[in-house]
Amino acid sequence: MTIRLDRVSVHYGGVCALRDLSLEVGRGETVALLGPSGSGKSTALKAVAGFVRPSSGRMLLGGRDVTAEPPYRRGIGVVVQSYALFPHMRVAENVAFGLRARRLPRAEIATRVDEVLAMVGMSEHRRRLPRELSGGQQQRVAIARALAIRPPVLLLDEPLSALDAALRQDMLGELRRLRADLPDLAILYVTHDQTEALVLADRIAIMRDARLVDVGPSRDLYHRPPSTFTASFLGGANLIPAEVVTVSGRTATARVGDRTVTAACSDAATGPAVLCVRPHAVTVGEPGGVTGDALPGRVTAVQWRGPGYRLDVALDCGTAIRADVPALDGVPAPGGRAEVGVGAAVVVAAEGAAS
Amino acid sequence: MTAVAAPAALRPTARVRSRAWWVLPPLAVVGGFFLYPLALVAHQSLVERDGTTGFGVWARVVGSAEFRRAVWRTVEIALLSTAGCLVLGAFLAVVLAFVPFPGARAVSRLVDVVLAFPSFLVALAFTVLYGSAGVVNSALGGLATLDFVYSPAGLVLAEITFYTPFVMRPLLAAFAQVPAAQLEVAASLGARPWRVVREVLAPEALPALAAGGSLTLLLTLNEFGLVLFIGAKDVVTLPMLVYTKGVVTFDQPQACVIAVVQVALSVVVYALYRVAVRRRA
Repeated sequence: MTIRLDRVSVHYGGVCALRDLSLEVGRGETVALLGPSGSGKSTALKAVAGFVRPSSGRMLLGGRDVTAEPPYRRGIGVVVQSYALFPHMRVAENVAFGLRARRLPRAEIATRVDEVLAMVGMSEHRRRLPRELSGGQQQRVAIARALAIRPPVLLLDEPLSALDAALRQDMLGELRRLRADLPDLAILYVTHDQTEALVLADRIAIMRDARLVDVGPSRDLYHRPPSTFTASFLGGANLIPAEVVTVSGRTATARVGDRTVTAACSDAATGPAVLCVRPHAVTVGEPGGVTGDALPGRVTAVQWRGPGYRLDVALDCGTAIRADVPALDGVPAPGGRAEVGVGAAVVVAAEGAAS
Repeated sequence: MTAVAAPAALRPTARVRSRAWWVLPPLAVVGGFFLYPLALVAHQSLVERDGTTGFGVWARVVGSAEFRRAVWRTVEIALLSTAGCLVLGAFLAVVLAFVPFPGARAVSRLVDVVLAFPSFLVALAFTVLYGSAGVVNSALGGLATLDFVYSPAGLVLAEITFYTPFVMRPLLAAFAQVPAAQLEVAASLGARPWRVVREVLAPEALPALAAGGSLTLLLTLNEFGLVLFIGAKDVVTLPMLVYTKGVVTFDQPQACVIAVVQVALSVVVYALYRVAVRRRA
């Protein structure tokens, strides 16, 4: 195990920015801290890096308690959203900074700088100043600088948020490749972008209001979200209030209005629950045209989005949902009656109800 | 085509005329209140008391030991004061910007207030506190006597006290521009605080340090009020000499020669500052 946070809380003045966070990131593992702005994910990363002192709890690195240690003793690589390259140093000098701070011999510094610059494909730009580089190139240099000190832990704080959409996709691929090249590195990746978390992380920790909401393997969290917040934040699921009638293994029967639907479930028990179904898993058709579990409703808006349509549907049970349907399917007109298929739904215990 | 082109061709001239009206008033002010008096002073420095012109006055002034001592003393006091301001100002600015303590904001505001004070106030405070009949000497009650105020060291200390905020203010502004993330990342890479200050903070704050230092050097070279008020023994600077020659002994030509040297010295320092800033950019 490389990083362990043990009930770590951080307060800024009287404001609690992180409450009782317990989390582990193992050697060779990538964990994404995912949450909206102000959820405490960046504060958690700052606590691991040593940039903020926890008001309570412990931080362990490789079993060593580093709670009171300053950042320069922790040996952690950090990449931040703004890149934070030193503007007066050339690319090679930026990358060599941590190695010089560690007083490594010159020859070794040169070798390591060459090595990491080659790793991120920036060897040709070693003589340039940061202001002469594009955003993507600056990001690569920031990653190379963090990796040059060969840290056992790499912290990435929203590293792709400052890039445009196309470049972000490229960099996601680059980060996956880097991950494969560094099999022993523990990575804590802070993001508000669920796609980045799903692409890169082995496990995802969902944060909300300074607390950890759920943590688990990415696929489990996505396919069987343990809470309604995780269901809506990770995949933008529609949440339909329901009443679970029976539970049989990992399948449940739930009543929505006057209809009964069958859905997968994680820990839900009988009683009030929420049916979670993602927009792309919803099917919409004419009344009587949807096979399987279907809920009646009325289409309130139709939005063309190129490869498909986004439909807003007001269900008769009182819930408004969104559906993404392919362009090839017949699209109901706004105002028309429709039936919504929710066969791929997952039942989650309603917030506040015992699961 | 020609009919359209003709009025268009007239337009730039009209624009130049209109611009000239805007430029003339400031030019007149600069010319009338700065360049003309300066030219008069320069001209006066070439006029003997009998009305003849030449470099006789210049030769006498530059050749005198009194003038050379004053130049040396002026430069010495200005350099020592500026060095002191740079060291103290940089240290205080780093503490104010990066070491959180209660009242840091109040201290920062106080720095701004000091910038608005007249310089002789510091001299007065020094005299009241450390003068021969000052508060400290009275408190010591004859056990020991502090006698540094009326020396060159006393003058340098007074100038450091007064001019340090002139270094701190641009430095604090420069520090505020350095993203906290840069300092944090530097620390995470293994750099201890001193290395972060030396290799990350200092290079980025260097233009501000150069600007503050140059301004302080210019102001201390030309300082008159503090020098007069402190009245230190054996301290005759160029501005003091101009005052003595022009007002006390009524030797206008010599006063003008020294004033021209003073202006030239200031212009040279300013030019050096510009070169330094340009190189940095």
